[in-house]
Order: sequence, then C-alpha cells, then structure tokens
Amino acid sequence: MRCRSCRGPAIIDVRRHNAAFCATCFTKHCRDQVSRTIDSYRMIDTGQKVLVAVSGGKDSVALWDILLDLGYDVDGLYIGLGIGDYSDESGRYARDYARSRGATLVEVALPSDYGFDIPTGSRAAKRAPCSACGLSKRHLFNKAALDGGYDVVATGHNLDDEAAVLFGNVLRWDLAYLGRQSPVLPGGEGFARKVKPLVRVGERETAAYCVIKGIDYIVDECPMAAGNRHIGYKEALNAIEAVSPGTKSAFLFGFLERVAPLVAATAEEEREGLHPCPECGSPTVSDVCAFCKLAARAGGAA
Amino acid sequence: MAGPLRVAALLEHLDVNRESVLVIVDGTLVTGDATIAEGSTVEVRPVISGGAL
Repeated sequence: MRCRSCRGPAIIDVRRHNAAFCATCFTKHCRDQVSRTIDSYRMIDTGQKVLVAVSGGKDSVALWDILLDLGYDVDGLYIGLGIGDYSDESGRYARDYARSRGATLVEVALPSDYGFDIPTGSRAAKRAPCSACGLSKRHLFNKAALDGGYDVVATGHNLDDEAAVLFGNVLRWDLAYLGRQSPVLPGGEGFARKVKPLVRVGERETAAYCVIKGIDYIVDECPMAAGNRHIGYKEALNAIEAVSPGTKSAFLFGFLERVAPLVAATAEEEREGLHPCPECGSPTVSDVCAFCKLAARAGGAA
Repeated sequence: MAGPLRVAALLEHLDVNRESVLVIVDGTLVTGDATIAEGSTVEVRPVISGGAL
C-alpha cells in the first residue's frame, strides 16, 4: 500500500477512510482530525487553560501529545485508583510521558486522598468496578479542574468509545443518557466544561499514533474491566466494521447531527433538578452525590 | 508459523478481527497487505480498551 498523501510506503491502513499513510503523514492526519474536531465543536478558545485526564493508556497520552503539539496550554491529571499493580504501572507511564515533554502532571490518589480504592469501593457500594471507577473519575476530574482554575477538561474518549456508548444507550433506549451524549459538555454551576477531541479518531489509530511516535503506554487492559459490557459492544461494532468500513463513524456522527438535537431536552430537564451536594458541593440530583455515597460506604471521606 | 505470509492471512488464521489489533513486524507497524518474511518477530497488539468512561 502507498501513503494517500505522499505516495511513499504506507505503514497503517485506515479502512473507513479507504486510505493508508506513512508514519509522517499519519501523525499529521491525526493532528488534523483533532484540530478539525476542536474547531468544528468550538471546544477550546484561544488562551484557555486545558486539563487533560491521563490514565497512562494510549488514548489519553496520544491526546495530550497532540494538544501539546497543537500549541495548547495543557496540563495532565492522573488519578490513582488503587487497582494494585495496574495503577502503579499506569501511573509510571503517565509520569514518564509528562517528564519526556517537560509537562505538568497533577496527581490525585483515591487511597491516600480519600481513604478508599476502587476494589474496596465497588464491593462496599455493591457497584460494578467500572461504575465505581467512572463516577469517581468524573467527580475528581471536575473537582481538579475547578480547584485548579482550568477552563476545559479534555478526555481521551475516541470514536470507538463514543460509538460503543451510543450503541449501549440505543439498545436500552436510555433517553437521559442519549440526551447527554455529546463531544462537548458545557460548563455551568459546579461543572467544568468537558470536551472529547478524539471523537474522530479510532482507537486503532490512537494506538498506532503512540507506536509511531515512540510513546510508551500501558497496553494491558485494566484487570477489573475484563469481559465488561462496554468491551462487548466494541467487539460487536468491530465485527460490523470489518465487513462494512465506516459504519461506526456513520452511526456516531449520524446520531450527533440528526438525532442528538431531538433528545437534548431530556438532559436539560435533568440539569434543572441539580443542587449542590451538602457534603462536597458538587452538583447532584440526589440528597448526597454519588461520589460521597461511595466514599462513605467504602469507609473513606470525600 | 512459516513465512513468507501476508499480514491479512495471519490474522485470518488467528481468527482475529483486524479492526481490533495492530500488527508490528520487527518493531515496525505494517499494513494488511504486507508480507511477513520467515524469521520475523511479529507482535499482534490488541487495541480495544474498555472500562469506566
């Protein structure tokens, strides 16, 4: 195969674009996709301070790398979740990357800062580990952004992540979640603005980007995520994509362009019921926010 | 496995969806139509990540 841009030997094919790229043109292609996404959704304004949520995995380090290369003022945030060796190793990758770029990495650790870890918290709250982990990360990203004076939180959600979340929400016809699914979640009372600049980049491409640029990342999957529903959705979508390239992208962007506006009102209604959590001040629709409940059940303190 | 072998044929033999992996031969990414020479070191690296979003 030949590179679509320069006609040199290709090293990566992207079937949904019916294209292949050499290393140089592929990294430019990824940067262009992110730049186009940021511009088209007006994700980040000139001069704004960005906090990128970094797990040590391929998506978040690729995003941080691209945002730095595009010239954004961007720091990283790593959250230690207390998932044994996996957390130790992922933290090392995040710190090594930050050091390699001379970038600032803010760190928060659930065990030392809040007195519990994800395995303990999920057991105590009788929640699936990924559910306890997700709500903890969302709470802590938001808090770190507000406390640190950041204008925008950027996360490494890629095309595959967003298509799989959409798939799950459609299978359940969950209108509240469908109404909230967007590459940009606006800021507001108690909420930092959140953006997903990788929504046009597939996870095979973020992995390739890291390999090409020599960025080390944690390849192993989180041991607590093995066999979860979200991975099952991705495998189902990839089975379709293999015989019909471009399906995932058409599914996600068709939804965002044509269906999301029709269900946005459900998310608006939910926002109207928000009030500050009496324990931590974060917006919640319950008496106490989900993170404070989790921390209390796990014997920690939010 | 004995080479030479095309990457797409290797993935088919392994029953692996090429959307779910990268193939790295002797440290370099390769496309599906590349030929793997006898004696090469091949890594089929999974790219699907899941968990909390």
